[in-house]
Order: sequence, then structure tokens, then C-alpha cells
Amino acid sequence: MTEPVAASGIAGLAWLLLALPALGAAVLLLGGKRTDRWGHLLGCATVIATFVYGAALFFTTLGQSPEARTSELHLFDWVPVNALTVEFALRLDPLSLTFVLLITGVGSLIHIYSIGYMAHEAGRRRFFAYLNLFVAAMLLLVLGNGFVTLYFGWEGVGLASYLLIGWYQHKPEAASAAKKAFLMNRVGDLGLAIAIFIMFKELGTTQYTEVFARVGELSSAEVLAITLLLLLGACGKSGQFPLQAWLPDAMAGPTPVSALIHAATMVTAGVYLIARSNPIYNLSADGRLVVMIIGAFTLLIGCVIGCAYDDFKKVLAYSTVSQIGYMILAVGLGPLGYALGIMHLLTHGFFKAGLFLGAGSVMHGMNDEGNIRRMGGLAKLMPITFVTWTLGYLALIGFPFLSGYFSKDAIIAAAFSQEGWRGWVFGGVAALGAAITAFYMTRLLLLVFLGQPRWKELKSEDGREYHPHESPLSMTVPMIVLAFGSVGAGFFFSSGDNLAGWLAPSLGELQEQHGVLGHTAVNFLTLGLSALGVLVAWLLFGRKPQPVRRPERVSFPVRAARADLYGNALNEALFARPGTWLTRALVFVDNKGVDGLVNGTAALLGGSSGRLRRLQTGFVRSYALSMLLGAICVLGALLMVRFS
Amino acid sequence: MSWTLIALLLLPLAGSLVVAFLRGNDRLAKLVALAVSLVELVFAVLAWVAYDPDGARLQLTSSVEWIPAFGVRLSLGVDGIALVMIALIAFLVPVVIGGSWADKLPEGRSAGGFFALLLAMQTGMVGVFAATDVFLFYVFFEAVLVPMYFLIGRFGGPNRQYAAMKFFLYSLLGGLVMLASVIGVYVAAADKLGEGTMDWATLVTVTRDLPLSTQIWLFLGFFAAFAIKAPLVPLHTWLPDAGAEAPVGAGVLLVGILDKIGTFGFLRYCLPLFPLASQELAPLVLVLAVIGILYGSLLAVGQSDMKRFVAYTSIAHFGFIALGIFAFSSQAGAGAVLYMVNHGISTGMLFLVVGMVMARGGSRLIEDYGGMAKLTPVLAGLFFVAGLSSLALPGTNSFVSEFLVLVGSFPNEPVFTVLAAVGMVLAALYVLWLYQRVFQGPVRGTALVDATGGPGAAVDPERAALPDLGKRELAVLAPLVALILVLGFYPKPVLDVITPSVGATLSEVGVADPVAQEGK
Repeated sequence: MTEPVAASGIAGLAWLLLALPALGAAVLLLGGKRTDRWGHLLGCATVIATFVYGAALFFTTLGQSPEARTSELHLFDWVPVNALTVEFALRLDPLSLTFVLLITGVGSLIHIYSIGYMAHEAGRRRFFAYLNLFVAAMLLLVLGNGFVTLYFGWEGVGLASYLLIGWYQHKPEAASAAKKAFLMNRVGDLGLAIAIFIMFKELGTTQYTEVFARVGELSSAEVLAITLLLLLGACGKSGQFPLQAWLPDAMAGPTPVSALIHAATMVTAGVYLIARSNPIYNLSADGRLVVMIIGAFTLLIGCVIGCAYDDFKKVLAYSTVSQIGYMILAVGLGPLGYALGIMHLLTHGFFKAGLFLGAGSVMHGMNDEGNIRRMGGLAKLMPITFVTWTLGYLALIGFPFLSGYFSKDAIIAAAFSQEGWRGWVFGGVAALGAAITAFYMTRLLLLVFLGQPRWKELKSEDGREYHPHESPLSMTVPMIVLAFGSVGAGFFFSSGDNLAGWLAPSLGELQEQHGVLGHTAVNFLTLGLSALGVLVAWLLFGRKPQPVRRPERVSFPVRAARADLYGNALNEALFARPGTWLTRALVFVDNKGVDGLVNGTAALLGGSSGRLRRLQTGFVRSYALSMLLGAICVLGALLMVRFS
Repeated sequence: MSWTLIALLLLPLAGSLVVAFLRGNDRLAKLVALAVSLVELVFAVLAWVAYDPDGARLQLTSSVEWIPAFGVRLSLGVDGIALVMIALIAFLVPVVIGGSWADKLPEGRSAGGFFALLLAMQTGMVGVFAATDVFLFYVFFEAVLVPMYFLIGRFGGPNRQYAAMKFFLYSLLGGLVMLASVIGVYVAAADKLGEGTMDWATLVTVTRDLPLSTQIWLFLGFFAAFAIKAPLVPLHTWLPDAGAEAPVGAGVLLVGILDKIGTFGFLRYCLPLFPLASQELAPLVLVLAVIGILYGSLLAVGQSDMKRFVAYTSIAHFGFIALGIFAFSSQAGAGAVLYMVNHGISTGMLFLVVGMVMARGGSRLIEDYGGMAKLTPVLAGLFFVAGLSSLALPGTNSFVSEFLVLVGSFPNEPVFTVLAAVGMVLAALYVLWLYQRVFQGPVRGTALVDATGGPGAAVDPERAALPDLGKRELAVLAPLVALILVLGFYPKPVLDVITPSVGATLSEVGVADPVAQEGK
């Protein structure tokens, strides 16, 4: 860790990073219908301006020596009470600046894409206001210089996510999905909050610099507790087991939202949190082990469920769950993997955002149809979408020399580079995940873009025929830009350890070791497994025409996967239903029991319930009576005093 | 001798008398009431400016002899805690007057009577927080019941007689128990000093030396009254009735100010007067506080009536305040006081927006509404803002206070704090679920059908012509939203006033901050 210096020069304007998108959101929300005509342009302009400033800041910092790359900009004291001082201040360092570029870069592209995608929406201005709000909150999350400012941004993005998932709020399922997302996130936030409480109790501070400098003063149990509680927070925000169930439901929101918030940026905040807290995680091998277990388990269930869905966006959502599992696994590896987790986060940000935008483009041209069994053969009709999507697909399954090949394989190799059973278990799970990923993604490709055009015979829900067509430029250009990222980002980040070296002041040096399996062996193993996944998918879905209705007589594993591996059923049985009963019982008890008891006692004291009723009805008399009662009490008390 | 508090006390009373004589002219009565409350706000600002946070324990003091035989004086003065509460009163009363401007009053009731009672209550409320003579405090404590009793009983909902009497009896009984303790304190002082006094600052120096057993009895007398006021479970059942039946404006003041007399009483009377008993009994209060948070939240989830809903969320919030007070750290204490202010703002706003929904649909029942965001988007948005403040989202005022209470309570009381923190999740549940039922989904519900004249349960959004918020309603809510955001981002000016007084209170209890300040 390098000590931060005070921000100066161009960095002194870093508050603009928060102020610009926040201003955009404020103008659009307060301006009302007056801003309808140019609201979307303002929304884009603020984020693009933020990106330009962020890039300038990035290159300025790049020109400085690694020791000088960490700086802080104090804005004001937010919550000061005696020993507690929560600053509202920004920390500019390689890690946060990397995120600034990701958030504002992908954010700008998705803002532009949304102009076309949301063109027919009545409240498009409000949509851009929420997107701007999201960008501001997400930037606060990564730029804040302490755990409480992180928490501010953390819940702020949760709010934006809630508003955007529930965008189609006249649809009950969208409203429910939004509420579910917020609630499950709050459960995670509870962990983050309690971790903050422990830090304040033991260290008297919640600012990164001081916490990280003094974390060694904590007992190992306290460190373990903090790592686990932060992990709980990460699980909520990043859709990791056991708090993963909200993320697929969140696909009820418009597709640009899914791309920006629920694939590229917000859901990776958990990875950021753990990477940012690396001085804490470095002190607890047990804590890191739990992180790895959660990551590995989630990456498996994510890709298993991803195989079973027929909804385009839900498959991608479970794919996101699974890919974030890889990132969590990576940061759980500690110094072996912090930088790798961030690298995969960045490449994933490109190709997953691209995949989602592609899905949106397909649905846009297909009367908002999301069922892949009703698609097929769209490659010829949507050539740009097809090509860009396929590049993203290849990047995700780790096709040689595309982005995912560098970032995902590096994580698998790092998992194998541990000693003993850990190397075999975590490496094995990660490699297995690569095979399943290749399988479900190929299934998507075959069912959507290749094969028979099954939609020709069908009509969409609103009774219209399908006329698939390519999307307008405002939508395809962002997809093309992201496709370049899908292709080249991995190579750029990993050549000469570019990214790991740049991030070293924030994350420490990336370490390497030789565990149970070497890098080359892992490379061939992963390629082989991925090829196997593609092959199996082609054998099952590529050779013969697929039915429009999904087969119902299927084996138990498929049924389980279709039911989200019973995650929702479990939540329902453990929390929702008992909670409903408890609430009903309490309402009954409060009305009949507690109130009745107190009323009854009052009645008893009053001699009879009749007298109480008279108190309640005969107003003047009873008022006089109670005054009399009071006077008698006062007199009695005074007399007692006299005689005591 | 400072005149500021005397002016703050007498101005609304004078205004009340004037307004009471304007019964024939509703419009003039309203205008006079509003003008008086705005002048009062100016006085409150003057008081704020005159107050020195690092100055004496009690400031802006004045004192006149009243009942020399018992050493009772008319003494006024404020510390930082009382000052912020008086500022909150001065802020909320004009908002309430604006919010009640167009209320439909029950048959035969005049607006003049209503606004006269509001102003009379303002005098009582200021008096409770400004009194530094314990007997004078008791007098105001009881006196403030009377206008509220009439506001509920004469201007309330269908079940107003029952609710008003319940409210009155609970408070009166609590007050009488407290009176016994007040007399006990007087006797103790008379024994020790040779002559009786009711002066708070003098009494503090006497009662803290009393033996623990005596302190416990006297503490319980005060505590009973305050635990009814700031309702702690199981003494809470009057609040949902009173809150539901009270007219909206009175409800704002009931939950926003009157209930805070209880938590203020904990801080001003229970803690400094009986430090040993406070420490001895703190675990008991903490248990009640945590029960209140969880029980109140769960009941809020289960409510079918919007006004009762607001009342139950308040019971949960009072649990947080009590937790912060009895956790004995400066962060938790300052958080609790800030919570008292913030709760007045956010719950006040929640009451007002609920009133605006009811003014359109004519029903208090949640099930009578649905999908209103489609018809009244601005009302929906502002309802949502009030809800966000209620669930303590960062960026809103309530986050700062809830965070301070929890982070400050944790060092001394980790178990209670973690249990209380579960309330954060429940708060998200009750707010978002209410919002979903009233505002989201397809337009539906009998209240909206009635309002729009359509048959059946489903409403045609095109034909439904429910008016969105008007200019007056926006003007009433705008200052609340502004405060919610300003105090969410920059609470420092208020915290700077509160913190020294909380620190003084804690040193009167004789406890040290669990997390010590470096270099001090």
C-alpha cells in the first residue's frame, strides 16, 4: 500500500466525476416534461464528459511514478462526532481510476445505445435520469476513500438498480423483481454495515488509509469476522450464493440496464470490495478460503442453471452469476489473484455488455420476444448483431487470443497453482465451469442465430408477426465498439503484465507460483474442455431442428436446473412463508392481545368496563373526572410528602 | 435574561387567541396562523444563531419566581438537544399549517378552531423543551395533551372519540406517575439542601448522589411517562389509534414532536438525574428498544391501513432512538438526537403524502389503491422519497442518524446492535412493499374507481382523471425534501450543536466514550 498524497492539478477537479452525472440526474428529474426533448442528450453528454475527464485523469496519473499514483481529494467532513470522522473524500488510485474508465466508458456506450432502444418509451427522460443517477452512485462507490462512502455508493447503486429493474412498473413482476433485488441486497448490506461497526469499535476509524495501516492490530478472529461480513455484502451485490436469486429476476428491467448495471458494472462491485480490502484479506487465509468456496460454488451453479433456461436474458444473467463467481474465486486467491479478478472483471465488462446489447438488439427486432426457442436463423437478418455477438461469445468461452482466453484462463491457472487439494478442487471446478460455459453459450448461439427460423410460423404475444430486422446505428455502433474490446482487451491487459503492474500500488504485486498443474497444461486442458462443451452443444442442438415448445419430460437434473436448483423455493420456505405467518400472528396479537391486555387492565382499575366506556363517550363529564382523578393524586402525593 | 425563548413561547399562544376569534373567517384565520408560525420560525433561527455550541450547559436562560413555597420558578433555557427540537417544531408547524390548508373538516367545525389549537399546541411543545424547572416541565408535559386531545377528538377520523380518550388516558396516567417522582426528587433536594427547589441544574447535583434503590424508583416514575410518550412496546397501542384517527396535520405533530418528549425526557431527566439507575436499568431499556424495532417493523409490514402503517414504522424508529440513548456513547447519543430531528422530518413527510393519497382516494386502506404512479407520478415520486428517508438510504437525512446510532451502539452493545440492524432489512421491506401495493402494478382499487367514476375493480388509466400534486402541496413538501437531502449530505452544522450537549449528558451519567478520541 502506498500512502495517498493530496490531490492536485487536474485531479483537484475530481469532484466533477460525481457532480456531472448527479447534475444530469437532478436536472432531468426536477425539470419534468420540459426536458423531454433534449433530456436523453443531456444524459449522454454528462456521462461522456465524465469519461473524457476520467481519461485525462487516467493518462495524467499514468505519467506519474507508481508511488505518486495514489492521491486523495478531501471534499468535506460528512459525519463527524468526536472520535468518529467520516470524510466525504475521493481516493484516486490505479484501482479506482480503472473502474472510472470502465464505468464511464461502458456507461457512455450504453447511454448512446439507449437513445435508440428507448426511443418509443414515454418516460425516456426519466430513464436517462436514473442511468445518470446510477453512474454517479457507482463512481462514488469506487472513488470513496472509506468504507462508509463506499456504503453510500453501494446503496445508491442499489436504489438506481431498483428504479431501473422496476422501470416497467405497471407490470407486477417487474415491481416484485425490483423489490426482491433491493431486499436481498439489503441483507448483504447488513454484512457490510456490521463490518464497518467492528472497524470503528476496534480501530476507531472507517477510512481506508487508516484501517489498512492498522488492520494488523486486530485479532485473527476479528479479521476473519470482517472478511466474512464483507463477503456477505459482496454476495448480495454480486449475485453470489446464497444471495444470487435476485439477479436473474432483475432481467425484468430494460436490456441496456441489464448490460450496464447487471452485467458490466454494479454486480461486479463485490469483486471491487474484496480487491479493495486486500490488506484485510491478506491477513486471513480462512477468510480467503471461504471466498474461494463461495466463488467456486456460485460459478458452478450459475453455469448449470444457465444451461436450462430458454429466456435469452436469463441465460446471460446466470452466465453473469457464473462469471462473477470466477472473479470472486480469483480475489479469494489473494495475492495470486486480485489483479486477475479485476482483469476478468474488465474483459467481462466488455464482452458481457456486448452480449446483452446484442440480446437487446435481437429482442428489439423481434417484438420484444425473449424466448430463444421462438428464434433461430437470425444471423442473415441481423448481420452486425450476429458478428458482434459472436465475437463476444467467442471471448466468453475463451477462444484463443480473445479477451476471455487471457482473463478466464489466467484465473483457472492461478486456481491450479495452489498446493495440494485446493489446487485440484478449485482448479478443477474452474476448468469444469469453462466446459459448461462453452456448452450453454453455444446452445444460445445455435438457437438464436443459426438453425431453422422457427419464428416464421409464430406470432408474438400481442398478436403481431415477427419481422426481424437490424437495429439502428445508435444501437449497433456501441455493439461494434464493445466487440473490439471483446477481441483485444485481454491481450492488451495481459501483455507484459500491463494491468497487474498498473494496479500494483492498489493491490500489491501479482504473485505467481507453481502448484498442482502448470500454466501450459492448464491452457490445453481448458481449451480441450471448452471444445468439448461446444461439441456437445452442437450434437444436441445443432444437428437437428429444435421444437418451439420446450420438452417437458426431462431428467431430474434438468428439472432442478430449470427450478434455479431450488434456490427460490428454499428462500420461500425459509424466509417468505414463515415471515408472512409471523407478521400475521403479530398483527393479531397486537390488536387482540397487547391492546386488549392494556385496555383490560385499565378497565379493571376503573372498576368495570362500563365505567371505561362511559369515560370514552361522555366527554365533558369524563374529562372532568380525569382532572379530578389527577388532582386527587397530586394532593395525595403532596400529603405523603408532608407526613414522610 | 434572554427574551428569545420567552418570545418563542408566547408568540404562538397570542396567535392562537387571535385565530380563535376569527372563527367566522376561515381564510383570514389560516393566513394569520401561517404568518404567526413563520415569524416563530424566524425567532427559532435567531435562537439558533445566538446559541454557542461550546458555551454553557444551558443557554438563552430566563427565570421568574412562580410558587416560592415549593421553590418553583418559571425557568427557561436550552441545551443543544432542546434547541434542535425547538427548531424542528418551528419548521414543522408552518409545514403542517400549509398541509392542512384545504383539509375537509368534520361538520360544524371551523378552520379557526383547528388552527388555534395547532398554535396553542406549539406553545406547549416549545415549553416542554425549553423548561428548565422540573415542575414547569411537568405542567407543559400535561398541558400539551389538551390541544392534541381536542385536535384528535374534534377533527379526527370516524373513531376519533375512542382514540382521543385512549391517547389522553395513557399520557395522563404516565404523567401522574411521573409527578410522584417529581415530588420525590423535590423531597430529596429539600432534605439535602434545606430548602426545596425544582431547578433542574440544581437537582442534578443532588439526585446523582442518592442511593441506587431510591434512584431506581424515581427513575421508573419518569421512565414510565416517557416510555408511553415515545412508545416502547408494550405501551405503544395508543399510538396506532391516535395516529390513524388524528387529522394528518395533527398526526405529523403527534409523531414528529409530541412523541419526542419521551426520548427527550430520557436524555434530559432520566440520565442526568439518576445516573446509577440509568446504568443499572439500561439493559432493560435496550431489550425494549430492540423489541420495539423488530416488533414495530413486522407490524408495519402487516398493516392494511396506511396511517396505522406510519404509526408502526415510528414505533420501530423510536426503538432506534432509545437504543442510541441507552448505549452510552457520544456517537450513538448524537445519532439518537439527530434521529429525533430526522424522524420528525421524514415521518412528517410520510404522514403528509399519505394524507395526499387519501385526499384523492378517500380511503386509508392500502387495498383500495393500486398503480397510482401511472395517474399521479409526482405524488408517487415524493411518496417514494419519503419512503427512502424512512428506510434510511444514504444520501437522505435518516441514514446519518441511523448509522450513528448503530455504529455508536456497537462498541458497548454488539448483540443488541446487530439485532437492531436487522431492522434495516425490515424497513426496506415495509416501505417498498407499501409502495408496490399503492403505486405499482396496473391501475386498480376501489378508492381509485370511486374517484374516477369507473365501474369494477380495474380502472382505465386513460379515463381516470386523478389530479397530481398541486402548487400548494408541492410547496408544502419541497422544504421537507430539501432538508432530507441537505441533512443527508451535510449534517455537520446540526451535529456540531448536538454533540457537546450529548457529551455533557454522558459525563453527567459518568460514562466514558467506548471509542476514545485520539489525542484527547
